Amino acid sequence: MTSTTSAAAARRGPDRYHRGPVRWVVLALAVVIALAMLSPFAIMLLNAFKGPADYSANGPLSWPEEFYTQGLATFWSRTHFSIKFWNSLWTSGLVALFAVVLSLLSAYAIGIGRVKGRVWLVGVFLIANMLPQEVLVYPLFTMAQKVGLGNSGWSIVIIFTVIQSAFGTYLLASVLGEFPAALVEAAEIDGANRWQILVRVVFPIVRPTCSVLMIFFFIWTWNEFFIPLVMLTSPDTQTVPIALASLQGDRMLDVPTLNAGTLVSLLPTLVFFLIFQRTLTRGVTAGAVK
Amino acid sequence: MSTKARHRRPSSYWLYLVPGILAFLVVIGVPFVLNLWYSLNSWKGGKSAMRFIGLKNYADLLHDAAFWTSFQNSVWMIVAMVIIPTVIGIFLAAMLFDFIGKHFSGRVASFLRATYYLPQILPVTVAGILWNWIFNAQTGALNTLLRALGVDSPPNWLGTPQMAMPSVMIVMVWIQIGYPTVIFMSALQRVDPDLYEAAELDGAGWFARFRAITIPQIRPETFVVTLTCTVAALKVFGPIYVLTRGGPESSTLVPSYYSYLNFFDKSKVGYGAAVATVLTVIIVVIGGGIQVAQNRWAARDEAGERP
Repeated sequence: MTSTTSAAAARRGPDRYHRGPVRWVVLALAVVIALAMLSPFAIMLLNAFKGPADYSANGPLSWPEEFYTQGLATFWSRTHFSIKFWNSLWTSGLVALFAVVLSLLSAYAIGIGRVKGRVWLVGVFLIANMLPQEVLVYPLFTMAQKVGLGNSGWSIVIIFTVIQSAFGTYLLASVLGEFPAALVEAAEIDGANRWQILVRVVFPIVRPTCSVLMIFFFIWTWNEFFIPLVMLTSPDTQTVPIALASLQGDRMLDVPTLNAGTLVSLLPTLVFFLIFQRTLTRGVTAGAVK
Repeated sequence: MSTKARHRRPSSYWLYLVPGILAFLVVIGVPFVLNLWYSLNSWKGGKSAMRFIGLKNYADLLHDAAFWTSFQNSVWMIVAMVIIPTVIGIFLAAMLFDFIGKHFSGRVASFLRATYYLPQILPVTVAGILWNWIFNAQTGALNTLLRALGVDSPPNWLGTPQMAMPSVMIVMVWIQIGYPTVIFMSALQRVDPDLYEAAELDGAGWFARFRAITIPQIRPETFVVTLTCTVAALKVFGPIYVLTRGGPESSTLVPSYYSYLNFFDKSKVGYGAAVATVLTVIIVVIGGGIQVAQNRWAARDEAGERP
């Protein structure tokens, strides 16, 4: 896009686009919107490191009088944040991995194997994507307790592996539906069996899509709230979003503690987003143009 | 595909579906059917006795004011999560792509896009908790600021039935805006730049180009955004849980939260299951309806392109 735009500009001379006061008005509008979008983050940052007395004296917009870190320390120790962080990390990581493997296996049979009834299968996966979790949660809750997985991170891993792979199967099946048949045929002629074709021919080609899916699954699972809220009932199994929510309604909760808690709760997804921003933007685009 | 030697072992691809189908049955299929069964029973949950009552839960729903309120509030959620963000997103995308990107640079446009998208990547409940504090009547940032500016009695944003829903809607718009903006911007990158140039040479102003080129171009994406956001709006739970818990006086109650209340607060599991089932039916019908509309449009477009 950038290259064509600049080529057009060069062809027609810079005066065509780069002139007039209107463009500054539009830019100012865009910047004002950006500031409005960012303002909650700015307010959160300002007040995460400001003492409670400083806050009540000078309000939310003042620069902190001192670099106050007690809020962060309080939040960290009260929620045992390192445990929550580890719980979120291992469950989301395993879900991302397992869900992509499961999606790839099913999508291989649907997209390349073209099994009978594949249209129905894809339809079922599509509807599964739309289901509200409320319609599954009570039976899942009961079942998990029966098999000894009540209040266990493994119930989260199993449940979200399947929920995420419903989307993954749908997406990968449509990608593999357009997989060049010649490649599969060539491998068959060379004597490769179906497993070898999947691992050595199909997977290397769809690996970019798989990595985008893994990033999505990781972030989606990390951000999940409802099922973890119901399933994980004790502090030692809970995940990051639940940790912060569990502080709500606590009368001892002061402004710096809340804001520091918000900051460290959103930091992991922010870091993850910044690292994978390019892949993600491509992924969002790929998901849109189905 | 037709020359592929799949007749050799016609059934072996099914092996690759076995794990997926088994997992699907255990985590989605069986619970879905069990939930249907619960909805036909009166059950307090846990080890208490289940009593089959047929469709009584569904009949009770018809006379339950809270149930109807929750679906009315879903309409507000659709306004805040689908309609407003999509309309604003179209203008933001056109502004960034067709104006900022050309009059300044693509880098400026990408940077602004990233700031609009930022709320999308947060855990939605974390965003909700942040706003819960900003809107807090006593210690919140907004009212502290308003009082400093001389407003004696600033509104109780989340604490009164009149203000709670508009406040929640502001939060949802803030969370959602980035999604359509990013999707529409990527859609616009498919447009041939010559098309805009030709229109400009013909004397078409910005708005004429917006109507004649931008809007038709992003139609497929508009359907995708409408579908995914409508489903999300009907399902919304986390933000309501951390912002208002459905209150005050059910003014922000939504179906998912109402079913959660019945399951885990009122111990009316059968009733909660019925609420969840109705919600599912509504989502599938609306989602399916949008999908059918999209297919019709696509078919009409294709037919139109043929001479």
